[in-house]
Amino acid sequence: MLSDLPLLSLAVWLPIIGGLITLAAGDRDSTGAKRIAFAFSMVTFFLMIPLYTDFNISTADMQFVERTPWIEAFNIYYHLGVDGISMPLIVLTTFITPLVIVAGWKAIQVRASQYMAAFLIMEGLMIGVFSGLDSILFFVFWEAMLIPMFLIIGIWGGPNRIYATIKFFLYTFLGSVLMLIALIYMHHKSEIDSFAILDFHTLKLNMTEQTLIFFAFLLAFAVKVPMWPVHTWLPDAHVEAPTGGSVILAAIMLKIGGYGFLRFSLPIAPDASSQFDWLIIAISLIAVVYIGFVAIVQEDMKKLIAYSSIAHMGFVTLGFFLPFGIHATLAGNLSGAALAIEGGMIQMISHGFISAALFLCIGVMYDRLHSRQIKDYGGVVVSMPVFASLMVLFAMANSGLPGTSGFVGEFMVILASMKYSFWIAFLASATLILGAAYSLWLVKRVIFGEIRNNKIAEMEDLDAREFAMLASLAIMVLLFGVWPDPLVEVMHPTIDNLLQHIVVSKL
Amino acid sequence: MNTSDFSLIIPEIFVLAMASIILVVDAFLHDDQRETFYLLSLTTLIGAAILTSVNHFDGRTTGFGGTFVVDTMADVLKFAVYLVTAAIFTYSKQYLKERDLFKSEFYVLGLFAVLGMMILISAHSMLTIYLGLELMSLSLYAMVAFNRNSALSSEAAMKYFVLGGFASGVLLYGMSIVYGISGTLDLAKMAEYLAAQQSFNAPLLLGMVFIIVALAFKLGAVPFHMWVPDIYQGSPSAVTAFIGTSAKLAVFGFVMRLLVEGMGAMQNSWQDILVILSVLSLVIGNIVAIAQTNIKRMLAYSTISHIGFILLGFTAINLEGYSSAMFYTVTYAITGAAAFGVVILLSREGFEADNIDDYKGLNARNSWYAFLMLLVMFSMAGVPPMVGFYAKLLVLKAVVDQGMYWLAVVAVLLSVVGAFYYLRIVKVMYFDEAEDQNKIVVGGGMHAVLSSNALLVLLLGLFPGTLISLCLTAIS
Repeated sequence: MLSDLPLLSLAVWLPIIGGLITLAAGDRDSTGAKRIAFAFSMVTFFLMIPLYTDFNISTADMQFVERTPWIEAFNIYYHLGVDGISMPLIVLTTFITPLVIVAGWKAIQVRASQYMAAFLIMEGLMIGVFSGLDSILFFVFWEAMLIPMFLIIGIWGGPNRIYATIKFFLYTFLGSVLMLIALIYMHHKSEIDSFAILDFHTLKLNMTEQTLIFFAFLLAFAVKVPMWPVHTWLPDAHVEAPTGGSVILAAIMLKIGGYGFLRFSLPIAPDASSQFDWLIIAISLIAVVYIGFVAIVQEDMKKLIAYSSIAHMGFVTLGFFLPFGIHATLAGNLSGAALAIEGGMIQMISHGFISAALFLCIGVMYDRLHSRQIKDYGGVVVSMPVFASLMVLFAMANSGLPGTSGFVGEFMVILASMKYSFWIAFLASATLILGAAYSLWLVKRVIFGEIRNNKIAEMEDLDAREFAMLASLAIMVLLFGVWPDPLVEVMHPTIDNLLQHIVVSKL
Repeated sequence: MNTSDFSLIIPEIFVLAMASIILVVDAFLHDDQRETFYLLSLTTLIGAAILTSVNHFDGRTTGFGGTFVVDTMADVLKFAVYLVTAAIFTYSKQYLKERDLFKSEFYVLGLFAVLGMMILISAHSMLTIYLGLELMSLSLYAMVAFNRNSALSSEAAMKYFVLGGFASGVLLYGMSIVYGISGTLDLAKMAEYLAAQQSFNAPLLLGMVFIIVALAFKLGAVPFHMWVPDIYQGSPSAVTAFIGTSAKLAVFGFVMRLLVEGMGAMQNSWQDILVILSVLSLVIGNIVAIAQTNIKRMLAYSTISHIGFILLGFTAINLEGYSSAMFYTVTYAITGAAAFGVVILLSREGFEADNIDDYKGLNARNSWYAFLMLLVMFSMAGVPPMVGFYAKLLVLKAVVDQGMYWLAVVAVLLSVVGAFYYLRIVKVMYFDEAEDQNKIVVGGGMHAVLSSNALLVLLLGLFPGTLISLCLTAIS
């Protein structure tokens, strides 16, 4: 019954329509607008439950496929579908969006309807990115996503928001234009006149072509992830963005870069990926180690979490580009390679929960004290014991404590890298120390210690709204920490299929 | 010449007759009845649109000894001209009233310019081309000077007239050389003659270069772009809108007829020239636009960069390339009309909203118009789902399919530069505090027309398929 509906189209368009309705509702009754927005985000979330329950975990094929001609003259289709890689990310998106709307319930008083509408529209567009199977459709969603984010940071952001948002926009725009050329080029090479991503997977390309395409994609996705050294927009954007903006940015938008590697770079240019895997591994390790150190010295809480995000995303890219090495070392055994990619995927999902939670925690404190500076805080545990315990949990998860979801992905990637090279594993493990250092030191300074000033003593503990928001994330973090199977099961066939595809040379 | 020849030009005859009637009727009208000629001019455009669609000929029909042609391309371009001109007429009403310029001459000149465009679009001989071009240009010169009390407007008109006249001279010179060698004014015969040549001698190439210079001038391509910013800034905004949109459609037809249909055999010779013009336009247009503080000048440089993209479509020298250029021109005209619509909307008595700072806080003043401008700006920047993206996509696709990868890369990198100044408009509208607290006064029809114009930019972006197919049929 429910599964007969075009679920993916609903997931894309329902939030967008909801956003337009919210926009039309206007600010005269801003609570009304917020309610509409929340209702739409919740309906979208509940609609996505069948996406998970009806998902067939025994196949790597695309599911819930919808395909109708869109621009017939060029064989461009409105083509949606999900596999084990995109489905969890879509569910994550629909899970996070209601939280973001709830998080802005009180904090956003200026042009609230536009704020809510921007997030809803963005939700639809992001789901479009994850489910688009026609490369032009994908690109349309990919670029369109920039518009609401540009406005969110620019209108509701901090003092330096304009610099941050223009930097954000231009960085990502620059990153993606070369990808567009690569897409057009592949269509040009395609003998069947197709823009479908899956047709690109099987496209024969020589080494030069693969290399150029690989780097065009790398620029687009590396900016999104973001990877060192094109990460500099992220701390700016995070610091200036409103809480909701930071949450969406960290929890979902960064994942789009990681998703891009799996959907485009690896399968389309496997030989170039294999040739240049050392480069990605190197910059991923730089992200893990160097950015980890950078995070330690931050004085602004949001900046600290932003840098920690970059470091954690380093794990994702590391996991995605290990398989070639592992495959060569283990003489054709794919299970080690699968471990690496699955580790990266789990790290993405888990980071979606943890970073969202940490940014929400900072938002909770910011709403009360209007400061993000670590030095302004101290002894929060005395006035906000419930909040403090949740925040400590998330910080622990962020540092990869076993039993939380943060541990699973990192551990899988480290385990996989050990099969390839001791030194990569060694450097990657540094994250456990560095992550613990910046997360726990943050907690020590902010949550524990002396009460810094009277305002902190007067801070009220979480209200029901904030508690519900953080508690739901805490449940997810713990659930996937102790029982990651449901997640692994879903992605396993797809990743196996992907690996079998990429280890075969296209040359 | 026989009667069926006249059936080809029914829309043209209609526009001519109506323009003359309006001119006469005006003499008998009181000042408070001025709405009449405004409505009459809109009726003329609607009537012309109906006649054009009724008078549609399948395939290609020529008349008057091959000097006039009606085909799908002509119909589509004329339709776009009527549509865009009607929108601009609506926008200009309030604007002209506030400046005491609401006179019939404006609309009559506008209609004569439209007639010139129609002839230019359908011209198939160098004679008719020149006829159409001059009719259009002379009307435009007068329209630029319409605000005769404004020094800027008079200066712009003078500049436009002198440079435009010069360009026409260059065109005539080039045409006369080509005519001298090929011995025909007819584009079809000229194409035949050129196709039979083994190689092209120097005088022929010289003639071709002269013609391209004139085309580049009329398009406003670098290095023949100097007039564009000054005329855009100096003209009354309503006229700027007209020059920037409808006239571009006609000039596209002009390029197609003369260069592609007439001198198609010489495509390898003019391709290189267009590549240079195109890249220069992209570079200068996009980079200089950043430094502008006046929105009309900024839009002028932005037009130059769009012309660069349109020329890029021509450099592919195949049907796909031409149809992408056509799609680009049509959608640019629609987008540009909406952009100027907002500029006109925010202007009021004694105040031209032509500084970028005048747009500060527009979202707080009126979020709907800010949203419309946002759509237009992102469309011009080439961000999907607005139609500007598909225009760029098609041109890039045509260029890549021809194997000119570096051109495509240059074009996209420069469009990133271009994104910056469009973003700046969005930035001042959405992120800055309003300085100007005056209420935005809007005439009845304008709100509806401007809204549908800007929403069309989004709608064509969501469903671009039909227009793309139409452009493909029009060219082939």
